[in-house]
Amino acid sequence: MSGLEGLPPWLILPVAGFLVLGSTLTLLGAFGLLHLKSFYDRIHAPTLGTSWGTAAILLASALSWSWAEDRVFLHELVIGICVMATTPVTLMVLGRAALHRDRTEGRGDVPPAPPRTEPAPEGADKA
Amino acid sequence: MMRLLPHPLLSAALVLMWLMLTRFSLGHLVLGSAIAVIAGLALARIEPPAPRIRSWPALIRLFGIVTLDILRSNWAVARLMLTNGRHGARRSAFVDIPLRLQNPVGLALLAVIVTATPGTAWLEYDQESGVLLLHVFDMIDEDGWRALIRDRYEALLLEVFA
Amino acid sequence: MTTLLWVALTYAQITLALAACLAAARILIGPRAQDRVLGLDALYIVIMLLFIVTGMRLGTPFLFEAALIIAVAGFVSTVTLGKFLLRGEVIE
Repeated sequence: MSGLEGLPPWLILPVAGFLVLGSTLTLLGAFGLLHLKSFYDRIHAPTLGTSWGTAAILLASALSWSWAEDRVFLHELVIGICVMATTPVTLMVLGRAALHRDRTEGRGDVPPAPPRTEPAPEGADKA
Repeated sequence: MMRLLPHPLLSAALVLMWLMLTRFSLGHLVLGSAIAVIAGLALARIEPPAPRIRSWPALIRLFGIVTLDILRSNWAVARLMLTNGRHGARRSAFVDIPLRLQNPVGLALLAVIVTATPGTAWLEYDQESGVLLLHVFDMIDEDGWRALIRDRYEALLLEVFA
Repeated sequence: MTTLLWVALTYAQITLALAACLAAARILIGPRAQDRVLGLDALYIVIMLLFIVTGMRLGTPFLFEAALIIAVAGFVSTVTLGKFLLRGEVIE
């Protein structure tokens, strides 16, 4: 039972607009992921998809479902908060892992590790 | 009250999430509240001090600023992708920013803000010296970025969490 | 007017599928492990969005729960892989 058939025109316009905006931004992010040269540049690319790419598609979905089900439909908000809260964690962990690996392998172009006062050097074992 | 609800914000958010994911009814309200209370108690065992928000107006202002910034930087980064980095003129760089903010919740929020804004990535925070290492996608003015993080976000976060 | 919605949904589906292909290409060519993990994370997000759009088109709310699970599973797997790259072991 597709409830989206009966959407009024004034609602179809924003829904379609948000869909196109969100998917285009996500595609641009994926394009950057493939196209950019260094890892630290590439780490910026997916944030296009996780910020407004996700937000726009979720908005479109929430708008149309709210109309079709005849009640405020807020499932999307949960996914939005979930993506918003988890992306920084993944990107931070990945960024730190990349820095750590580049430093232990002695590749150039990365800033040196901050000086530590405690003697135990962490991460002596190499991944 | 404080013993039953050691993390009131978390418990309230959980009840709200439960009601969003299910149809609103009295049964779900009771079930969701029970889960929220148990989850709050469980978290209190793991991490005792609940975050205390000093200034709600500052938090709301921060939220507004961040929403606008995310929109703006999305546009900026999307345009950079389309024009192939201003036809090769784009330069990315690492910036180290000394932070005054010490509160772990404030730092977590700053991490969310920095990462959610396309164009900046949080790489490393050294707790000892309080220096944050950022990677900036389109570097024009290094000191400008330091001032931006300090005045735009950190000042408000200091106001919220002190 | 419904045609416009149909066109937008089709456009979104094709675009997201293309984005998934690009992310998969990044996973394949690497060149280093962190690039592959980053590609995997992007792939998870794109597939989650594709589920939501497909759910809108088919008119079933069930794909939505699947999208939520993909979001959570993607987060956990990426963090675990990142942790592994950082230390060489998953649980310290």
